[in-house]
This record gives sequence, structure tokens and C-alpha cells, in this order.
Amino acid sequence: METSRYTGLQRKIILLTLLVSLAPLIVLGATIYYQFAGMYRAKITQQITYRSRGLAQAVELFLKERTAILCSMADTHHFNEMIDEANLSRIFEIMNSRAGAFVDLGVIDGNGRHLAYIGPYDLKGLNYYQQPWFGEVMAKGVYISDVYMGYRRLPHFIIAVRRQEKSHSWILRATIDSGVFEGIVKAAQVGKTGDAFIVNKSGVYQTQPRFEGRILTKSKLETSSFGGGTTGVEKKNSEEKQILFAGTWINHGKWLVVIRQGVTEEMTGLFSTRNMEIAIVLSGILAIILMTVFTTRMTISRLRAADVKAGEMNAQLMQSDKLAALGKMAAGIAHEINNPLQVIVEKTGWMQDLLNEEELQQSKNIDEFRTSINKIEEHVERARKVVHGMLGFARKMEPHMEDVDINAVINQTIDLLGNYARINNITITSELSPDLPIIAADGAQLQQVFMNLVSNAIDAIGKDGRIDIKSRRMGPQIHIEVSDNGPGIPEEKQKRIFDPFFTTKETGKGTGLGLWVTHNIVEKMGGAVNMRSEEGKGTTFTVRIPIVIPEKK
Amino acid sequence: MDTMHYFRVLVVDDEKDFLETIVKRLDKRGIGTEGALNGEKALELMREKRFDVVLLDIKMPGGMDGIETLREMKKIAPLTEVILLTGHASVESSIEGMKLGAFDYLLKPVKLEDLVTKLAQAFEKKEGQDQKIRSAKIKELMRFPGRVFQQEKEEEK
Repeated sequence: METSRYTGLQRKIILLTLLVSLAPLIVLGATIYYQFAGMYRAKITQQITYRSRGLAQAVELFLKERTAILCSMADTHHFNEMIDEANLSRIFEIMNSRAGAFVDLGVIDGNGRHLAYIGPYDLKGLNYYQQPWFGEVMAKGVYISDVYMGYRRLPHFIIAVRRQEKSHSWILRATIDSGVFEGIVKAAQVGKTGDAFIVNKSGVYQTQPRFEGRILTKSKLETSSFGGGTTGVEKKNSEEKQILFAGTWINHGKWLVVIRQGVTEEMTGLFSTRNMEIAIVLSGILAIILMTVFTTRMTISRLRAADVKAGEMNAQLMQSDKLAALGKMAAGIAHEINNPLQVIVEKTGWMQDLLNEEELQQSKNIDEFRTSINKIEEHVERARKVVHGMLGFARKMEPHMEDVDINAVINQTIDLLGNYARINNITITSELSPDLPIIAADGAQLQQVFMNLVSNAIDAIGKDGRIDIKSRRMGPQIHIEVSDNGPGIPEEKQKRIFDPFFTTKETGKGTGLGLWVTHNIVEKMGGAVNMRSEEGKGTTFTVRIPIVIPEKK
Repeated sequence: MDTMHYFRVLVVDDEKDFLETIVKRLDKRGIGTEGALNGEKALELMREKRFDVVLLDIKMPGGMDGIETLREMKKIAPLTEVILLTGHASVESSIEGMKLGAFDYLLKPVKLEDLVTKLAQAFEKKEGQDQKIRSAKIKELMRFPGRVFQQEKEEEK
């Protein structure tokens, strides 16, 4: 019952402390993590968009360069010069030596006829009038085609520019080896999962991606999800891994330069940070839990000890108060009994005196009278003993102080009661500390205390048993323990053990005053008597006497 | 019987039954005893007669209490020994009584044999004192015989 109250309290304190201390820690940890993760992710996205923009600029620059060369060639030469294949071949060489990546060069007139061609394929004479790109270049002046697989199974694309010469216009068209800018794109394929590629508006790969898919096949990318400028997009692939995409439109919105990056790889730093944070928080939690449990337990055990002590002191105080009140009452009662007893003693004594007178010697009932008178005297004596016992300590209230060696008093007690114990087959052993100081006390009273305790122990055991007497110094006190292995005192009787007239002995055998007197004597000395008893195991009385150093004479 | 008395005792106790009986019993044992039920009566008797030993109950209801009576008794007859009798554990008053010159104190109920022993001890002490005084007087008289008349005058009082 008591224990559960303490464990309940302990549980409450622990839970509350943990709640109050752990909740902020966890909230703080989580907040920091999510803030950090958010920042980290933003940083990665930003990084990817930068890379995407950079790559887009490089590719755009490449295209612009090629377009610019083509334009300047077209602008600086007349149609007639261009259709001269020797001339065209020279121009082609100049262009390739300056910029490279041109595979072929051709001139197409306003009607779509391929009039001159320098290159590995035999394209001369073809008419492009029906081709959609022809219309576009005629309308817009510049056209850059998507990549296609050329004759030699190499990816190519076309740049065509229009030259307006007076009333007619013609077209200078070149095939570009897309392998060159594929090189630029590939340079952006960094890390384990980093990829860079270009797709056209309908999502067809214009360069060979590093993972998933082949050039000129359709990618799974939704090009519509990329807006103007550079856009970062997050997707999950088939393995549920997060992948970041950043795309920049180039080539007038025809191509999309895409940087693809697996989040996991980029997040390694974040994850290690997260793991470290988790480790710190967990060890913090563990430390808090351990500390809380430890301190709470300590507190509770201290509290418990204090409660027990307070309880003991309370009990002792109550006991003292009760006994003091009973003592006063007993003294008053004693007076009221002693006076009538004295009268009875005198009256019976007088009767006895008179019985000895000669005339009465002849009475046939003289012996009966004598017996009755003797009995009255005997019982008055019995009553007198009870009352005197009750006053025993009070009569000696003014203690006679002398130098007392407690061990000597104990040994004397053992000697006095040794015979009585031996008859009942009880062994008395003593374990007396040899370094007890000589104290100032009333030796006779102490003798009475030990006599009472030891003779009680003998009576409690009855027959066959042992009594241990120990003395030792405990700080400012001397402790004397008298233990017996008798039947013990039932718990309900333990509380009343020091009450006057409380006895467990047969009527007429004990006055019930021994322990009461003992208690009063010891208390007057400034000490205390305690009792511990367990039924079936025995009883231990502990007498604590303050050490009072005798005055020097 | 009166002539056979070894010594004279005054018993002071408010308990009439006790007083009557103890007087009779002590008398029977050759101790000339008189009783007084209270302090005033006791002092009166002491002024009239000489007693060797007084047995005085310390606690008496009403009138003078034992200690007060004792004080007065010592004024009247300083050499008369007083034995205190108490039914109470009022050791304080017993101690006070001893300080005032009481011979000893006894706790009620007391057996007659014990009482007689104690009375005899007190009487012996008183006798011893008387003896000393007597011999001192004799010495004095031997030196100043004229004082015998003076002595007789005092005795008459």
C-alpha cells in the first residue's frame, strides 16, 4: 500500500519530467532537421538549375556560333558565287577550320532546289520545296532542325539560313555533327547519378542520355512541366527514388536542356547530418531518461527515508506523551490506593494483635481467622507491589549520578540473571564493545533497565533459547541491544508494549510495569527505547543512552 | 503500661481509621503513641508534651499540609525526629522534607515491623543527640555550677 504510493509518485514525476524535457528536444530536433532539409533541398535545386542554365548557355552559344558563321557566309557571298561548287567547297573548308562540326554544306534556291552541295552525301538535285522546314526558313530566316540519324547512323541536325538578294532569296544549309555538342552536354553528366541531355518539345532525346533511353527515342519527361526560364521539377522514378530535373528552353523554345540528378546522392550530406542529429538527440534523450530515473529514484528513496524517520519520531512523541499522561494518572491513583491499603494493613495487623490475646486462643475458629488474615496481608502485599512498581521510577526521580561503565552493568545483570536463565536452558551471550566511554548516569536505574529487558526476554522465551546482548558506540550515544529468539510479539500488541499494566504474562505473574518503568527511566536520561519484533523470530529491544561525560572531581 | 514506654511517638494523619489503629498497635508494642488528625492539632500536642519521634503524613487535605507542619514542628522541638509518610510519589515534597530536617520518608502502605524499626532508628538518633547535649551540659555545669538553677528554669518551660 505504502510502496505503491511511492512508486505511483515516482512514475508521475518521471513521466512529467520526461514529457517536459523530451518534448522540446524532439520538437527542436525535428524542426532543425526539416528546416535544414528544406534549405538543403532548395540549395540542390538551385544548384541544378544553375547547371542547367550554364549548359543551356553553352549549347545555345554553340548553336548561335554555327548560325552566325552560316549567316555571315551567306551574307558575304552572292548566290552565283555559292552555287559554284569549288567556291562552296572553299567556304566549307574555311568554316570547318574556324569552327568545326560542319558535316556538309548546300545551297538551295527559292524554289527548293538543291543547287550546290559539298559533303559526304549525294543530296544535289533534291527539291525541298515540300519540306516543312523549307517553309519555316523562308518565313523566319533561320531554322535549326531536331536531331536525326544520318546516313552513317550518326546523329545530326541541320542549320539553314536564308539570304535575301534583291528580289530572290536562297538558302544556305549545313549539317552539323551533333556529336560535338553532345560532348558539351556530356561534360555536365557529373557524379554517380548526374545526367544531362537535350530533348525536343515532344520529349524526344536529342542527345544520348546517360541513363534510361536512347537518342531519338521518346523520353518519359513531360516537357510541358517546364516553364520559361529555368525550372526545377521533382519526380519519382520506378524505384521510388526522388529525382530532380532542371530544364532550360533553348533554340527558341524548341529544345530543352535538362539536368537530371538523383536526390539521394546529393542528399548524402544531409543524411549524414540527419543521422548525426538523430544520434545526438537520441543520446540526449537517453541521458535525460537515465538522469530523470536516477534522480527521481534518489529523491523518492530520500523522501521515503525521511517519511519513515518522521513517522518513527511521531510515534515516539505520541508514545512519550501518552506515557507521561499515564504516569501522572498512575501517581494520582497510587495515592488513592496506598492510603486505603495502609488502613487495611493496620486493621488486619490489629486483628492479628488481638488474636494473640489469651481469651481468643480458645476459639475453635482461631486458625481460620489466622489464615484469612494472612491471606488479606498476602494480597495487600500483592497490591502494594503493583503500586510501588508503578511508582518505582518516580521514587527515584532524582537520579543518583555516578560514573557508570555500561558494560560492567550489563555483565552484572547477566550474572544476576544467569542462574535463572540456565534453569530454563537459555544461553546469554554478549558482544560488548570494549571502547565504550564511562558515562555519568544512575547505575542502579540502568541496572533496573537491563534487568527488566533481560528478564522479559527470559520470560518470553520460556524454555530453550538464546539471548544476545550487544553494546556499541554510535556517535553521541551508546546503543545496547537485547535480542531474544522467543516467539516475538504480535503486531497488535507491539503498540501497547510500553503501556503501564500491559502484560502478556499470566495474571499475577507480571505487573505490566517493567517496560513502562524502563521507558521512563531511559527517557529521563535523554535516551530512548525501541522495539523490533517479528512473530516466530524473536524480539530486539534497543536502548539508546546519550553519552554524558562525567565531571572531573 | 505507660511507665513501660520506651519512647513517645506522635502520629499525624488525616485518615482516621489508620490513625486510631496505629496508635493502638504501637501502644501495644510499648511505644507511647498519640494521634493527631491534622497539623494544627499536632502542633498543639507538641507544645503540651514532649515526643521523641513524629510520624507525619505529607499530604493532608485542608488546613496545613505536611511540609508546613514539619517546619512548625522543628521550631517547637528541633530535636524531635520526624519520619515522613506518603502515599504519593511526590518525591519532591519528600526531598524538601528531608532538607527541612526530616529523618527519613516511608511510602504507604508500610508494614508495622518496618515502621517500628524506622521509629527505633529515629529514636536512637534523637537519644544520641540528647546524650551529647546532656554531656555538654554536664561539662558546662561542672565548670559553672551556678547555672544549674538557670537550667532548671528552662526545663520547666
